[in-house]
Amino acid sequence: MRFERYGVGVAKGMVVTFKHLFRHPITVQYPEERLVVSRRIRGNELVWFPDRCTGCATCAKSCPQGNIEIVTHIGDEDKYVVDKFEVDTGRCMFCGLCVESCPYEALAMGISYERAQYRRRQLVLSKEELQLSDIRRPSGYARPKIEPTLPRQSLLVDWDREEGGQKLSRLPLSKKRGRGV
Amino acid sequence: MSIKTEPFILNMGPQHPSTHGVFRMRVTLDGEVVVDVEPVIGYLHRGIEKLAEGRTYTQNIPFTDRLDYLASMTNNFAYVLAVEKLAGIGVPERAEYLRIIMAEMMRISSHLMAVGFFLNDLGAMMTPVLYMWREREKLLDLFEMVCGQRLTYNYMRIGGVSHDIPEEFLPALKRFVAEMPKFIDEYDQLLAENEIVLTRTKGVGVLPEDLAINTAASGPVLRASGVKWDIRRADPYSIYDRFDFDIPVGSVGDCYDRYWVRIQEMRQSVRILEQAVAQLPEGEVCAKVFQLLRPPVGEVYGHIEAPKGELGFYLVSDNSIAPYRFHIRPPTLINLTALKEMVIGWKVADLVITFGSIDVCLGEIDR
Repeated sequence: MRFERYGVGVAKGMVVTFKHLFRHPITVQYPEERLVVSRRIRGNELVWFPDRCTGCATCAKSCPQGNIEIVTHIGDEDKYVVDKFEVDTGRCMFCGLCVESCPYEALAMGISYERAQYRRRQLVLSKEELQLSDIRRPSGYARPKIEPTLPRQSLLVDWDREEGGQKLSRLPLSKKRGRGV
Repeated sequence: MSIKTEPFILNMGPQHPSTHGVFRMRVTLDGEVVVDVEPVIGYLHRGIEKLAEGRTYTQNIPFTDRLDYLASMTNNFAYVLAVEKLAGIGVPERAEYLRIIMAEMMRISSHLMAVGFFLNDLGAMMTPVLYMWREREKLLDLFEMVCGQRLTYNYMRIGGVSHDIPEEFLPALKRFVAEMPKFIDEYDQLLAENEIVLTRTKGVGVLPEDLAINTAASGPVLRASGVKWDIRRADPYSIYDRFDFDIPVGSVGDCYDRYWVRIQEMRQSVRILEQAVAQLPEGEVCAKVFQLLRPPVGEVYGHIEAPKGELGFYLVSDNSIAPYRFHIRPPTLINLTALKEMVIGWKVADLVITFGSIDVCLGEIDR
């Protein structure tokens, strides 16, 4: 292939690269600085509310992988009592179908996102581990009541955009240390 | 005096940065010239087609995310369209528009990856990829906002979509749509006139029009060869007949045309997004569908124009809660069959860029 003047196209490309030289970096120093995740994030495992759960096992039936194991017995007042509620999150693919199918909103996806463990056994969560705690908080996925209470997601589209005469050159970050969120 | 030589067999892959996954090419070389190519696939086989036969129609939606993991939304879309065709389910108006918005966002995202890694294979190491990832990241933010996940969305449902969009979605999408043409111009300026790129891609890996049709190629690979075939126009599904867009067509069918067609398709996707956002009606987002769906006995083939080509789902129902047969027609597997004809006679470096220009995704090929 022959060109009339060799190097013009390369120079044009270099102009773009040169412009980017003066751009603010958008990199986030991850463990110290964190972006705010979506309100509907299908994050760390599940949150289980024992007072709402009736042991109907709709979640277990809706799971494509069959990860949820529920054992119940009939207690007082002819109601089911949940003896065992165990989720093998090592095989979970976070599709959220169990949360969507729960008729009593007794199950929610978690909002945190760091889930590395040292042993595979630690990925199998019992009913005590699945309950609400500091590290296990519900996200707004399929739970419209929880959704507005969560912080607004940081969006890259908003980055470098003027708002009220002020340039938003940094994303809203949460600087909280610790596991998740 | 002549030296006796014999062809050299080289295994390219399965762990090779330019094979975009675990894919092996058994290449026969004469010096540096490719004499024969034999693709070896199956390293990423998970048996999704068989797994799907043991699960209900709704439970299969997360599995379709894992086919072409760079375009999960369109995989969902193709599957739910096929099931709706099989069971005769209607979709609310708003859900149709949301599906189109998601599919076109996904097309931009997938083409950004395709173009970026094509240039990466050419030797423009990482810089174009990272420029394009910036825009892809904005789209992934939006997907995360809607369905809570950045790669495996599981957003479409039989009869609609799983959630309505949050209120901050549309303003963010409008900003993205307004900015995107400027960025596409920037990509054009970055490398489209670059002499090195032109020399390496023009006339390389040509797929002639008749051969493209005979190998059943589809998507940008087919359109780069000069065939004006887009399922959005040829067999309109969902509500694509309401939108005004052009089908970019290449002329020669070389690597440059495939790159150019993808850039132009992004512009058209932005146009569709603009129209869809403007027309988006209010209302329900999912029809009432029984959880354990039992479609009537029969078979159906539903196909859509996925970013990489024609993605089809062939489903057979025996009136039970699980499909009797679940077959996927992945676009890149079919496009890959034309690879041998494209690369014979070219050098190893051209094999890499020709392979990159097909834009394969191994999750879909091996499934």
